[in-house]
Amino acid sequence: MKDLILQQLRSDLRKRASLLSLGLYLTGLVCINYFSLIQQGTGPIAFVWSSLFWMTLLFTFINTSGKSFLSDRPGIHIFFYSIASPAQIILARILHNFILSLLLALTGCVLFSVLLTSPIKDTVLFVSTIALAAFGFSATLTLLSAIASKTNNGNVIMAILSFPVTIGILLLSIKVTKNCIDGLDRSASFDELLILGAINVLVTAVSYLLFPYIWRS
Amino acid sequence: MKSSWWKILAVILLIYTIMGGFLISVPRLTIVNETIRALYFHVPMWFGMVMMFLVSTVYAIQYLRKPTTDLDIASAEFANVGLVFGLLGIFTGMIWANYTWGSPWHGDPKQNGAAIALLVYLAYFVLRASLENQEQRARLSSVYNIFAFATMIPLIFIIPRMTSSMHPGSGGNPGFNMYDLDNNMRLVFYPAVAGWILLGVWIATVRVRLRKAEEKILDLEYEKNK
Repeated sequence: MKDLILQQLRSDLRKRASLLSLGLYLTGLVCINYFSLIQQGTGPIAFVWSSLFWMTLLFTFINTSGKSFLSDRPGIHIFFYSIASPAQIILARILHNFILSLLLALTGCVLFSVLLTSPIKDTVLFVSTIALAAFGFSATLTLLSAIASKTNNGNVIMAILSFPVTIGILLLSIKVTKNCIDGLDRSASFDELLILGAINVLVTAVSYLLFPYIWRS
Repeated sequence: MKSSWWKILAVILLIYTIMGGFLISVPRLTIVNETIRALYFHVPMWFGMVMMFLVSTVYAIQYLRKPTTDLDIASAEFANVGLVFGLLGIFTGMIWANYTWGSPWHGDPKQNGAAIALLVYLAYFVLRASLENQEQRARLSSVYNIFAFATMIPLIFIIPRMTSSMHPGSGGNPGFNMYDLDNNMRLVFYPAVAGWILLGVWIATVRVRLRKAEEKILDLEYEKNK
């Protein structure tokens, strides 16, 4: 399994174009937010900042994890099928997407803070929320992209399937972000973080159980 | 006749619900007033929806364990009926909210959760429609069904209870407790829940039989033309 993750990371590094395009996509989104807010003449209010930030992350996550099975070359699935068990493949993919998503999310966080002044008061809590959300999104979207890759119009199906399923993670993250902005005590956000963690565990377990059925064809 | 006792029971319970729901006296509360009778029609819709989706998911799990067309049809049809219950629940809720809260849509966490739950199952039917191979459609939609149900649980059972809401049972408001629901009302409410759920199961089984008959006709025509 470690080999599988390493192999994917190495292939990411080799195909630098795809990695760079994701980075550029993120930068483009942040710039659009920046320019559209600057047009109004003032900096963003705290809650506008947080919702724009999470929207940007949502689209980046969908592009990162969602692409994981959709952009594979046709023959490659048979190759993977012959060398590894489905459980290994899904876990490797989830972890790989998690690493990518986390990197992109942190980059987005830095860009947002540099361009649009950050209202976040509790950085440690905020970053840990981002990490939890990144894991939740990659676990959810990896399985959904495996489903979507079997359909004819994968990209549209991917969007339809993923928005309602990921919205729970998104809502919880935005709630914690609000606590970070208001500078509340960390114990106030403990419940939300616990549920985020529980959702992550649940989603990973369900993906792990269900993936063999998608993989079999 | 012997096996259809529960259908008769459903009809009796629903007639009782409608008559009792409109006639038996209810406690008079400010603002809510007589609209409290909507409880017999609005709340059972949600019980019914969750029940139908649960049955649909159970069939999906069974399908993955032992793939047969019948299980797939049952899973899809129970989801279908669940969707109808959900839509009715939203509409009855909007009518009720219009009279008690002042406008049909308030962005209440439970309203939003319900809307998202409906989106999930609409996506399920879009997925089914976009897969042409029957075996693949059954398998992938079962996987999505189970996955969606698992992610829906925190969405409609946990998150609304954490945020403040105008529904009872969240943000420190008491839920359906001993002291909350009037005894007279409980006399109608519980039969109403049972009646609506039985009606849902009935509709679903009729639709399953219809779909099976359609399949059979298609098969026969195929044989004839061969």
